[in-house]
Amino acid sequence: MKVFKLIFKNALRHKLRTVLTVVGIAIAVMAFGLLRTVVTAWSSGVEASAANRLITRQAISFIFPLPYSYRDQIAKIPGVDKVTYANWFGGTYIDKNQFFARLAVDAETNFDLYPEFLVPADQLTTFKRERNSCIVGSDLAQRYKLKIGDEMQMDGDIYPGTWNFVVRGIYKPRDKSTDATQMFFHWQYVDERMKQDTPGRAGNVGWYVIRISDPARAGIISEQVDALFKNSRAETKTETERAFQQGFVASAGAIITAMNFISFVIIGIILLVVGNTMIMSARERTREYAVLKTLGFSAGHLVGLILGESLFISLLGGGLGLLVTYPFIAGFAAVVPKGFFPVFNIEPITVILAGSSAILVGLLASLFPIQRALGTKIVDGLRHIG
Amino acid sequence: MDSIIQVQAVSKSYWRDSFEIPVLNNVSFEIPAGEYLALMGPSGSGKTTLLNLIAGIDRPDKGQISVAGTNIGSLSESQLAKWRSTHVGFIFQFYNLIPVLTAYENVELPLLLTSLSKKERRQHVEAALTVVGLQDRMQHYPKQLSGGQEQRVAIARAIATDPTILVADEPTGDLDKNSADEILKLLERLNTEFHKTIVMVTHDPRAAEKARVVRHLDKGEFKRS
Repeated sequence: MKVFKLIFKNALRHKLRTVLTVVGIAIAVMAFGLLRTVVTAWSSGVEASAANRLITRQAISFIFPLPYSYRDQIAKIPGVDKVTYANWFGGTYIDKNQFFARLAVDAETNFDLYPEFLVPADQLTTFKRERNSCIVGSDLAQRYKLKIGDEMQMDGDIYPGTWNFVVRGIYKPRDKSTDATQMFFHWQYVDERMKQDTPGRAGNVGWYVIRISDPARAGIISEQVDALFKNSRAETKTETERAFQQGFVASAGAIITAMNFISFVIIGIILLVVGNTMIMSARERTREYAVLKTLGFSAGHLVGLILGESLFISLLGGGLGLLVTYPFIAGFAAVVPKGFFPVFNIEPITVILAGSSAILVGLLASLFPIQRALGTKIVDGLRHIG
Repeated sequence: MDSIIQVQAVSKSYWRDSFEIPVLNNVSFEIPAGEYLALMGPSGSGKTTLLNLIAGIDRPDKGQISVAGTNIGSLSESQLAKWRSTHVGFIFQFYNLIPVLTAYENVELPLLLTSLSKKERRQHVEAALTVVGLQDRMQHYPKQLSGGQEQRVAIARAIATDPTILVADEPTGDLDKNSADEILKLLERLNTEFHKTIVMVTHDPRAAEKARVVRHLDKGEFKRS
């Protein structure tokens, strides 16, 4: 008979109470995991940002375009390695609930600046050659069962009309933080149509992406780019890709702060649940602890018994919660609108936080019962009626 | 015969709110090794308090108690705990077995504090349960035993470590007559056959009759015989 066996038997003494406590912890950990995953998904773009990429956009607002002619001027700035550009296309594929990023890009340079999108060389060559071709992410291809050679028809809104594309490439994400739900096609294809239909909108790009050779010079180069177009009809604002992404996330800052706060409130709730169970258990066992002390068990033994039971319950609940978090989050991702969270994974930090919280809760929940068990005199404990 | 327990000028009071309630008043006596002593007296006379002081689970306000040559008042809490585990076997009125442990595991509990191997612990447990006649109930839980059997398991737990003294607080107080007789016979056997020094608190004159010496406490002092 070992002390661990006694801890185990004590924990299961009131099976229903222990089961309810464990389930309560598991649900709370699951909710914690979901909230943390949503928060990390929200800021996944920030996390995926490259340190050597700058974004140049219209100074007034992101929605106003920049002249295509800026490209060559930006490329001449010392420290600028390569420049590409893109437009947000919008449009509707199948119906309005099918959301994913559709970007008109410079086919020649786009994938040079985004090494996180892994495109097979032969597919990239074909894509560059065919003006109406497109490359889609592997998750997108899986979602719509797309394969090489398939046609995709878009109804344009920002760029009106019907647009037909042929899938010539499927990119894979380099890592879990890379969005594999985007669609890229030729900016030139869109611009040619604009020249014919609405010439006033031709020759514009949404933003420039600049690769720099030294990330430490990002600030200086940004200032040089913006100085180049100061007092022009389209002044620019250049910032690191991270700062650019953070600008998007900041718009939902209050919600994220609230979700972060709630996720830690949940930890407090777990603490109360386990604490309540441990206090009830310790109170019921006041006489038994007195008997153990009478037999010669030391304060350390009692601490081990109470702390062990508290940790056992909280870790069991935490482990169960983490186990069910994975299918729960997969289910959650399936019911939210497609593409709402391009990257929706349980991050290791979420698992570490949930596990650490379970341990911390186990420790904290045992403090009061330990203090009570050690503080009760043997003779008082033996008289206790539980 | 040499004294194994020496109680010298011991006084003890309890506090209830701001009122001091004297329980023992300058009590002195000695118990020789191998004695079977019954402490009797009305409720509140101080007999259980005296037993607790001898067993080292409470401390006197004044005076000194020595057991087997050790002044237990000079020991720290952790030293006292260790001392109890080797020198004192406890028998309680309400048995105080751990309900989630079997009879075997309950008897093994105090042995976990020793350096005995698993095999040696098993030998001790089986021997103790055989002495109390429960070798066939080792795997039974307390709720599967009668009151008398539970008390016998408690006695087996008390003797498993071969302690210097056995202290029993109303060991038959919660038992029917037949079970009480069995327990009293067992205690008598532990005293005569195994030469255990026993200090027993009881209200029951039939229990006290089994002891070799009976002393009466009243209002915290021994009555003259």
